[in-house]
Amino acid sequence: MTLEMFFQHCFNALTLGSLYALIAIGYTMVYGILRLINFAHGDILMVGAYFVFFGTFAYGWPWGLAAILAIVGASVIGVAIERVAYRPLRDAPRISALISAIAVSFFIESLAVVVFSGQPRPVLQPEWLISEWQLGQVRIPTLTAFVPAMTAILVAVLLFVVYKTKPGLAMRAISKDIETTRLMGVRVDNIIAFTFCIGSALAAASGIMWALRYPQVHPYMGIMPGLKAFIAAVFGGIGSIQGAVIGGLALGFVEIMTVAFLPELSGYRDAFAFILLVLVLVIKPTGLLGERMEEKI
Amino acid sequence: MRFNLTTLGNILLILLVGGGLWLVERHELIGDYQIYIVKLIFINAILALSLNLIYGFTGLFSLGHAGFMAIGAYVGALCTLLPEQKEMMWILDPIIWPFSVLHTPFWVAVLAGGVVAMLFAVVIAVPVLRLGDDYLGIATLGFAEIIRVFIVNMSSVTNGSLGIKGIPAEATLLTCYVWMIITLIVLARLLFGNFGNVLRCIRDNEIAANVMGINVFNYKVLSFCLGAFFAGVGGALLGSHLSTIDPKMFNFLLTFNVLMFVVAGGLGSLTGSLLGAGIITILLEWLRAIEEPMDFGLFEIPGIPGMRMVVFSLILLLIILFRREGIMGTRELTWKSLRRLGRKKA
Repeated sequence: MTLEMFFQHCFNALTLGSLYALIAIGYTMVYGILRLINFAHGDILMVGAYFVFFGTFAYGWPWGLAAILAIVGASVIGVAIERVAYRPLRDAPRISALISAIAVSFFIESLAVVVFSGQPRPVLQPEWLISEWQLGQVRIPTLTAFVPAMTAILVAVLLFVVYKTKPGLAMRAISKDIETTRLMGVRVDNIIAFTFCIGSALAAASGIMWALRYPQVHPYMGIMPGLKAFIAAVFGGIGSIQGAVIGGLALGFVEIMTVAFLPELSGYRDAFAFILLVLVLVIKPTGLLGERMEEKI
Repeated sequence: MRFNLTTLGNILLILLVGGGLWLVERHELIGDYQIYIVKLIFINAILALSLNLIYGFTGLFSLGHAGFMAIGAYVGALCTLLPEQKEMMWILDPIIWPFSVLHTPFWVAVLAGGVVAMLFAVVIAVPVLRLGDDYLGIATLGFAEIIRVFIVNMSSVTNGSLGIKGIPAEATLLTCYVWMIITLIVLARLLFGNFGNVLRCIRDNEIAANVMGINVFNYKVLSFCLGAFFAGVGGALLGSHLSTIDPKMFNFLLTFNVLMFVVAGGLGSLTGSLLGAGIITILLEWLRAIEEPMDFGLFEIPGIPGMRMVVFSLILLLIILFRREGIMGTRELTWKSLRRLGRKKA
């Protein structure tokens, strides 16, 4: 493998890893607060991608406007899911909430098949993304550079919100102890809804970029990225935003590099993430940056 | 085995229904479509019972059922297909040796499907069963996906993404019924004895079980492997019933269906699983109607493809939100409870 090709693969891995990271943040935030695997998270990604598809393709809106409206729409759906399907089960056994999440996920997917039709649809890339940059021998499509840059901006904003603002403080407090936080006068329900809003917005942003990168949308496009991003979140240490970013990038590199160096394994690509998951869970269940969670008796 | 009126009643009922089914099949009293549905109910009942053992009785949230079913179905198909058929069908890669000449009777094939699924379960149980509830769910789901990826890629054994067609339809009505009864009896004998008490103890309070000197991990592995065995059996029967299998079929939706039977019937209730499998299977078939165009005379509703799954997932959501214990809860439908019900009505 030449050095140029290696750099090319690095950039691809960085792009894929950034997409995983953005999705993983949503999983990790919800899990950190509610101890719930939000199965419908991957489907929010799909909904966001579809909104942009219809905005630009069917109604001819400019890309920026369509993307913003899609992110807002996906956030509304994320909050609605929390309100309808998760909040009533907050005191129920955790697995009930998980089954509810699975049911919501299938509901959104099958509704998408009915509303958007099951056919994959091609996405037209905007013109300013099609060009390529030339760095010596390495050619980088603008999109490959755009995705990590956008991810970096979004993560910076998120870190600011979580660590420098009042709602962020409340979020961190809830993840430590929900009851005490409620007693301190924090409106826990609102903060949880806000968490879902942020997570869904990031998932939608990731979904839009996903649809641009593999230029098509289809109702089941969110399942695999969703599962893999969850694995990335577990790998980085669930509950930790930095961990989710690191986990996402690591998973991106593992997938791209294994296929790049061992092309004969490319058919097994989707299995890497799950094998990684089992290894992580067996060797270090808390992940790279995760805190040990107390088992309550 | 204590021999009393209840046991006698059970045996009589089983034989009566069996005899009835034999007559029905022999004289073709009901149409092919009805037979298809009834067979599907029996197979789904096996799957529901096996998942109920793992999740309902032992509390292990496993989402890997489709993986075990896939193993069972492929092993069953490889065992029942004739060598000539296999040679013709494997286009991508020629089939490799032990599988190319393998040919067994159907009951051996079903048994082999269960045993191989169980062997896989033993291998993954050791690392995976140390995990807590939702992590276990994701890890087992991951296992099922890995199985699927391997089936697609190992085309010299599985015929890859093309799947296997023309599996001999040896899963007759009576065969499916017998396998369901075997599953039911084995599980009932185990679960209503000391073994079942231990499993329920692990489900309700794992720490207490540990403190009482129960080897929790061993029991978990046992329950998981037994469940996987019957999932493999169900998969082998399903393959023969549908006569076509391909890797796409064994996706997460299949596990979701089985989970739905169990949750609807009641976690920790064997008869609940039978009811759940029966009702939901019929409901799913009945829901096909809403995908067809409806003519109300004055106006017409065009058919909406895919609407079935929307309604289906909505039903599961409603059950989990409003009636979490399902139809039966952890109660069982027995002669005694039926008699009590009759007395209350009178």
